Amino acid sequence: MSEAVALRAPAIRREPGKFWIVPPVALLALLFFYPLALITRQAFLDDSGVANAAEIFRVLHSRFFLNALINTVTISVTATAGCLIVGLVLALILAFVPFPGSGFIARLIDTFIALPTFLVTLAFTFLYGSAGMLNAGLMETFSLPLPPVDFLYSTWGVVLAEVTVYTPFILRPLLAAFSLVDRGQIEAASLLGARPFRIVRQVILPAAIPALIAGGSLCLLLTVNEFGIVLFIGAKGVITLPLLIYGKAIQESAYQVACIIAVVNIALSLGLFGLYRFAAGRLGV
Amino acid sequence: MLVWSRPSRIVLWVLFALIFGVLFLAPLAVILLSSLADQWNGVLPNGLTTEHYTDVVRGAAWNSVKASLITGFLASALALVSGTWAALSLRLQGPALKRLLGLLFFIPSAVPSVSVGLGLLVAFSHPPLLLNGTIAIVMIAHFVLISAFTFGNVSAGLARLSPDFEQVASSLGARPAYRLWHVTLPLLAPYLVAAFGLSFALSMGNSAPPSWSIRRAG
Repeated sequence: MSEAVALRAPAIRREPGKFWIVPPVALLALLFFYPLALITRQAFLDDSGVANAAEIFRVLHSRFFLNALINTVTISVTATAGCLIVGLVLALILAFVPFPGSGFIARLIDTFIALPTFLVTLAFTFLYGSAGMLNAGLMETFSLPLPPVDFLYSTWGVVLAEVTVYTPFILRPLLAAFSLVDRGQIEAASLLGARPFRIVRQVILPAAIPALIAGGSLCLLLTVNEFGIVLFIGAKGVITLPLLIYGKAIQESAYQVACIIAVVNIALSLGLFGLYRFAAGRLGV
Repeated sequence: MLVWSRPSRIVLWVLFALIFGVLFLAPLAVILLSSLADQWNGVLPNGLTTEHYTDVVRGAAWNSVKASLITGFLASALALVSGTWAALSLRLQGPALKRLLGLLFFIPSAVPSVSVGLGLLVAFSHPPLLLNGTIAIVMIAHFVLISAFTFGNVSAGLARLSPDFEQVASSLGARPAYRLWHVTLPLLAPYLVAAFGLSFALSMGNSAPPSWSIRRAG
């Protein structure tokens, strides 16, 4: 008898606490999932509530959609590869060939996480734009008639700005992983005559793989969704999915087209999010 | 130390300085410089001035700074309350529901901000909730975009707390509300401050999509 009471007691005590989850879930449902459901509804149904496959088919086969899709994938894959390379090189030097002030420099790079993405783009325009400091300097020095550096208003400009903004997302987990690498192992390998390149490949890189995979998939997700940088570079030929959604909804008021593209973009992002969660969970990052 | 010889260390440091300089230092410096520049026609500014900063705290510019500070602050406060609430009450759920809801709270961080803005425009452009063109819809957009980060930070902090304190308080007869207010929340305080700081920074940085959702009225 007393045992039964003791067994039941925790269940009874936990019961009222379960409902505390309702307010935040309701808030999330109203402000996030309800608008998301409406986007999906507007994408698949027309005004009278009938499914209109023809419109979806037309949008998904249109040149502007396919171009934006190709641009989005190209830019995010290139930028992620850039982030991985730059992040790995910087992290290796910061962790294993440290110099005075390297801790401060790592912190400084971290601040880019909180910096508005369009501010970085603005700075790049000042630096490398057609009237920027680099071009002005080169034109003045060599008396050139035209700005010689002309990459900013292209895919490369977007990629460079994204590498700057998203490298900290790779650098941070990499430095954390490197701080766990046993220095004795590196010194032993070095004493046994291994060259630095071989130590990096055989001792350090295996420890860095989880951080690289998790950080890389996070970068991929964030660059697929990037809006501010692409908008501020303002290159005519560089239209990505988020920019296309913005253009269709705000400039052309074509809400249904915008919703169809938004559904594709959301599906792509959620797929990458799943990949990131899987990688992070599997690798314990 | 991975590289022992001084010349090769210097080569590596030069490589570092080059990457760091082009990608990180130069943009930061140019933002600072342009905020202080008087007139800028050549390679470098013609003169330096603090006039732009005094402009920011006066007149029309100050109004927009104030508006973005207030919306950012309110959205971060709301995200902090709902994120903390969600993280705390999630602990009372069964494992399956816990995993599912934990995932749902993270999903806003994975959805493109433009789609969040579009969804809010579609959802709140007609009665009963007509928020189009109001400051409220900007705040909601900020809230949705940062809520997952706040939730994540607070849950991570909560996972690091030792359950001992709460159990001791409970065994000493502290009721749940007392325990929450006097034990759990004070222990969680550093994480709450960090979460608020990050949300506020993200909210300031992520202003483009929320602000265009206000532009479209009607």
